[in-house]
Amino acid sequence: MLYESAFQKPRQAKALLKKLEALSLATGPIRLMEICGTHTMAIAQTGIKSLLPKNIELLSGPGCPVCVTPANVIDEVLRLSSDPHRIIASYGDLLRVPGSHRQDTLWHRKAMGAHILSVYSPMDALEAAKAHPEKEVLFLGVGFETTAPGTAACILEAARQGIRNFFVLSLLKQTPPALRALIEAPDFKVSGFLCPGHVAAVTGSRAFKFLPEDYALPAVISGFEAGDLLASVFKLTQMIADRQPALYNEYIRLVKDEGNPAAQAMIRQVFGPGDSVWRGLGSVAKSGLRIRSAYADFDGARRFGFAPKETEAIPGCRCAEIIRGVLSPWQCPLFKTTCTPKDPVGPCMVSSEGACAAAYKYSE
Amino acid sequence: MEEIITLDYGSGGQKTSELIEAMLLPALDNPALQQLSDGAVLAGPVHGGVSETDGSAGPNGSSPIVFSTDSFVVSPWRFPGGDIGKLCVCGTVNDLSMMGAVPKYLSLSLILEEGFYIRDLKEIIASVAREANAAGVHIVTGDTKVVEHGKGDGIYINTSGIGFLKNPMPGKAGITEGDAVIVSGSIGCHGACVMMARTGIINGDALFSDCQPLTAHALAAAASGRVRIMRDPTRGGLATTLNEFTEGTGLCIEVDEDTIPIDPAVAAACDLLGFDPLYCACEGRMLAVTAPEDAEAIVSALRRLPGSKNASVIGTVTRRRPGHVLLKTTLGGHRLLGKLSGQQLPRIC
Amino acid sequence: MCLAIPMKLKKIEGSKAIGEAGGLTKEIRVDFIDTPAPGDYVMVHAGFAIQKMTEAEALENIALMEEIEHAL
Repeated sequence: MLYESAFQKPRQAKALLKKLEALSLATGPIRLMEICGTHTMAIAQTGIKSLLPKNIELLSGPGCPVCVTPANVIDEVLRLSSDPHRIIASYGDLLRVPGSHRQDTLWHRKAMGAHILSVYSPMDALEAAKAHPEKEVLFLGVGFETTAPGTAACILEAARQGIRNFFVLSLLKQTPPALRALIEAPDFKVSGFLCPGHVAAVTGSRAFKFLPEDYALPAVISGFEAGDLLASVFKLTQMIADRQPALYNEYIRLVKDEGNPAAQAMIRQVFGPGDSVWRGLGSVAKSGLRIRSAYADFDGARRFGFAPKETEAIPGCRCAEIIRGVLSPWQCPLFKTTCTPKDPVGPCMVSSEGACAAAYKYSE
Repeated sequence: MEEIITLDYGSGGQKTSELIEAMLLPALDNPALQQLSDGAVLAGPVHGGVSETDGSAGPNGSSPIVFSTDSFVVSPWRFPGGDIGKLCVCGTVNDLSMMGAVPKYLSLSLILEEGFYIRDLKEIIASVAREANAAGVHIVTGDTKVVEHGKGDGIYINTSGIGFLKNPMPGKAGITEGDAVIVSGSIGCHGACVMMARTGIINGDALFSDCQPLTAHALAAAASGRVRIMRDPTRGGLATTLNEFTEGTGLCIEVDEDTIPIDPAVAAACDLLGFDPLYCACEGRMLAVTAPEDAEAIVSALRRLPGSKNASVIGTVTRRRPGHVLLKTTLGGHRLLGKLSGQQLPRIC
Repeated sequence: MCLAIPMKLKKIEGSKAIGEAGGLTKEIRVDFIDTPAPGDYVMVHAGFAIQKMTEAEALENIALMEEIEHAL
């Protein structure tokens, strides 16, 4: 299929790893951060960490929408799920995330009789609204720039069809403002970024130019196959060794400099920037996407009220530091002891692409 | 354990083990149950009444009984490649076969929901009859219950089965460093296919269930006499079953990703929904651990049987990470393959 | 954060399309794809095509990867 296997099974992997070994002696210890849950998973699944030179550390940043969604937001979602006239439609990953009370999740609420629908696409939620005109369907719109245009298109479709019982709770986030917040934090220590290929397919590679230009950080927009990852890590390491930070697009089969303008226009039509709270980063200005007043009829936050309360942090949980790349999962006191994929405490363990879940499952 | 039962406790993964180990075993403890195998080998030989002529009987015309049970709640009840009728026969027949037994007798308990169509039930029973015939088993007892509308999912079936032990195997305790691990065909087809039928997210005739009886496969594999353990990777898939082989032992199974047979349609379905095929259920595949010198012969024997043209040696028993399963990836790296932690859900990330 | 797979467009009706991968088909949306046509490859995320992909670009990408592999 369109040559994907060439990327899945890179022929020169061994030779490239050898060169990388030599190169990493020149750079010394470096920390490369990916900021995409699918990269986290791909890195884990390909076992690339077990092959990289020990000077190269791969970190998982704030790239999993489940992980960056704070516990008090989940609490509020759980509250909204208790109305018997409402169906909550959500992507699978969010179903298992606990709020501030352990084992209180949409998954458990479903077991107790709440109407929770696991969907693959926002369109599935819209279809559910059409099939159940007597209920209110609330779609939990998590995700980043890749997911935002589809969510927007779905709201436009609901408007076109005049569907009155479909609502979206926009928890959508934008990557660049969060990256800036991460970089500007005092404990930031990352040598370069693997940028999310599917976000960039929408935003365009140019959305990440600020990394070398404003912060002198090398960045590579990377695909998700073994060959993509290896080539991207190599390119990043090379830029670090040469002290020539730039933005490099490794994923040229998908990512254009300008991205997908039609998708960007659709995001802008339906959403406007708003402040958004990220787990680990706190409130980041203009990092969220809010439904514009023209589409207020579909705004779940307006319709049902959405006011996350201040909650206390989970004792011992270091997800916030792990998301920022300040700590590795192994440095969290709960990791593999009280916090496991079967019985997760923090979001990084819940989401299968969370840094802790990946570290737990795929590490050797 | 949690306060309430969630779907995860029925996923065949870690939560299921937790329920068994924390609640069922302590309360119901006995030596047969402790084995936690696909079925129980009951202290034999059993005398009287049972006449065996097909070689499944022991030297005295009697051999140990193997007993197993399984419930079927698959939704929808009809899926590409089978239905709940076929599945409920294969499921128990395969559990018995994996124990080295020749399956003989099955019970059939139906739990029907008010409003279920008689014509659908007819279709299911015809399936049961056809499959029992093909597997050489008789349905010798049964039960029928009906629950109120809304209190069931159309139809649930339980089958229990009895077989006679033909090829006793040592089980986990017999697994030895250097042993080979064999899979009898492409994995994950049943899980991916049922998920397709249930969600309607994807369509296509490229994906159908692998549901089939494994009696012949099990006999062919165990004939060498040096198979240590066999198991059909149903819920929880290949990864979970391999973990059941290694957990609590001092041994590790190292699996080579490139040798695991996965059909393109299963791979595509999993890619699309964010599932891992290594955790998708099979209902007509088996995993066997055997002395390495027999591995090639077993694979060739399997390849002559239905659904097994892709039978392969996929791994080796080592001591690298005692108690665990390691996957050597296409790229040449390694990663730990754990048990399924909870039911897989379609995800976007 | 964003799982996506390449699919081949089989049929298009307005903003709806049928995509194919590995012999499977799926109804997808092409709301923000410029002039989608049967035979086009698209990257699909959460039921929406997010970008077209061409054979030429795939080959170019392979060349790029090989260039990196032969670097130094």
